[in-house]
Amino acid sequence: MSKTKDQIAEALAKTGYVADEGLATALVLTEMLNRPLLLEGEAGVGKTEVAKALARLEETNLIRLQCYEGLDRSDAIYEWNYQRQLLAIKAREGSGDDANSVEEAVFSEKYLLERPLLSAIRQAEAPVLLIDEIDRADEEFEAFLLEILSDYQVSIPELGTVEAVTIPRVVLTSNGTRELSDALRRRCLYHYVDYPTPDREARILLSRVSGLDASLALQIAELMGKLRKEDLVKVPGVAETIDWAAALLGLGAKDLHENRELVFDTLTCVLKTREDKSRVTVEVTDRLLGKVA
Amino acid sequence: MSALHFETREDLGAVLRARLAGFVRSLRDSGFKVGMAETSDALRLLQTPLVHRQDRLKASFRTLFCGRLADWKKFDELFEAYWVGKGVKSGVKVSGTSPRKGMKTIRELVDAQGNRQDTIAGNVERQPGEEDEETGETPSGRREGASIAENLGQIDFRKMEDPEALKQAHELAEKLARSMRVRLTRRDRQKRKARRLDLRRTIRHSIAHGGTPLELIRKGPRQQQLRLVVLLDASGSMNNYTGVFTRFVHGILDNFREAEAFLFHTRLVHVSSALSERDAGRALDRLGLMAQGVGGGTKIGEALADFNRWHAARVIHSRTCVMILSDGYDTGAPDVLGEEMARLRRRCRRIVWLNPLIGWEGYEPSAGGMQAALPHVDLFAPAHNLESLAALEPYLARL
Repeated sequence: MSKTKDQIAEALAKTGYVADEGLATALVLTEMLNRPLLLEGEAGVGKTEVAKALARLEETNLIRLQCYEGLDRSDAIYEWNYQRQLLAIKAREGSGDDANSVEEAVFSEKYLLERPLLSAIRQAEAPVLLIDEIDRADEEFEAFLLEILSDYQVSIPELGTVEAVTIPRVVLTSNGTRELSDALRRRCLYHYVDYPTPDREARILLSRVSGLDASLALQIAELMGKLRKEDLVKVPGVAETIDWAAALLGLGAKDLHENRELVFDTLTCVLKTREDKSRVTVEVTDRLLGKVA
Repeated sequence: MSALHFETREDLGAVLRARLAGFVRSLRDSGFKVGMAETSDALRLLQTPLVHRQDRLKASFRTLFCGRLADWKKFDELFEAYWVGKGVKSGVKVSGTSPRKGMKTIRELVDAQGNRQDTIAGNVERQPGEEDEETGETPSGRREGASIAENLGQIDFRKMEDPEALKQAHELAEKLARSMRVRLTRRDRQKRKARRLDLRRTIRHSIAHGGTPLELIRKGPRQQQLRLVVLLDASGSMNNYTGVFTRFVHGILDNFREAEAFLFHTRLVHVSSALSERDAGRALDRLGLMAQGVGGGTKIGEALADFNRWHAARVIHSRTCVMILSDGYDTGAPDVLGEEMARLRRRCRRIVWLNPLIGWEGYEPSAGGMQAALPHVDLFAPAHNLESLAALEPYLARL
């Protein structure tokens, strides 16, 4: 074990990510066992941030593959640069080269377009590979991914097999749009990312919003905790909290109790739908504030 | 961790392996998908200093053995029960379980917290013969779950009085919709070819560049997916079924990328947005609000007319299956219903009419409205229990 859990948590905190115990352990394990880490949780709890923080921590590149419906091999692994190939063929037309050598030339490294997955295994230094929102990709893509994650090699029919130069540290995230296959789940270590506790959220705020007072940070974090328990269409995530804290700070708020109106007016930072806006009225805000210690 | 203090190193290896194997078995029994790879990784972990700190070992095992949120939620208790409890093999005391039964084995614990289906099914429907089988041997947790789900599948929704059983049925209905979606789209995918180069059009376009096909044209858009449009009858006569159907519809909307839902009683309400709420309970609450004002009977014909006039053009395309969930008791004029059904029929690929009454013995679709609608329906099927909902899948797959 190169780093212990505490060292990881501490190092992550330095990069601006406040990790809880479980996550730090999971990160230690991914390194130890060399397995991808699957992070599940509601939108906005900071899953993607984990990968970014990890890349900062390891001082390495972050390669991101954003998944979407219809994502396929050529978007994720590699693609031939057809246009350049055609031009190259055209250019050689009069040169008298035989067909074989032309073919060899156009199906060479020069005409290969690397996409995130191929690029991730060909980096000189092991990068962090973030496969974001894997649940949005189709089942068949998941199968490709399994192949790559187990062998760390890609076979390109015209070129042969490309083996990994380095094995990336893989982080997958999922919002649960679609049930992932058992095969993929089994390949990965699993961590469920929950909304942070007020204490942790306050620490996140302090690390992200400079000039924020600790007691105000805790007030905001606690209010967010209460707000998330309300019946909202779109439950605000950590990023919203950060925006809100910055807004409150910018408007000169010192204490939430003394600035009730300001709190209500700035709720627009965290409530993102019309229904939610109309649900959290002045009275509700007061009630929530009343509960804040 | 007292259980992990050993005399010699060799002991440690053998005993730990055995203990770990037992733990893995108990996890599997409670539905965890744990394979050899996880077990050997766990063994590696046990050879590291992690062993000395119980909380760290738990966190490590949790991240290693869990695969989904459901696992995540029950892991801690299973871990405590196995590794921390005393007299582990025979039985462990579990905090938070019923006081009258202080001692429970892990399997009992698993049954108690995982799926309480055995008791539920027992309350709902128990044939005299079945009882002996269940108490005789303890089958593994997972298989038990499956067989009970089957049991539950056959019970008519209107006979489910036990709220727990009904809740279970709701969940199953949603799960069913989900698995249907996975399989239906898979079939769809297998048929579909990848987007290939359209050589003919590529060459045609290359004329402008003197024959060099610089612009590559791909074959047309992907084949459209099956779209489901659900019209749910929420009138008083459907009362016993609306709950389960809404959950089914919620499952469909949540899982089919292409689905729309409408609810009708005396008028038609577009409910896709209310049902697209992730949290099923919340979705149902919102739906309940929208269904308010029910009364005065069902006007299926008028609701359909409304649909045809205002929504059909937008929500129906050539690969659309319209699914009507209704008992066909119409207080409007049968002619209107027949006419609107004919109009609808011309627009969509299929009309499936699911009628919970078909499941009843001796049912004849004699109501005037039903008679008028039938000629335009492609499939008239029962939908009084989960099994009948599941039976639809192969039909939808052929669309």
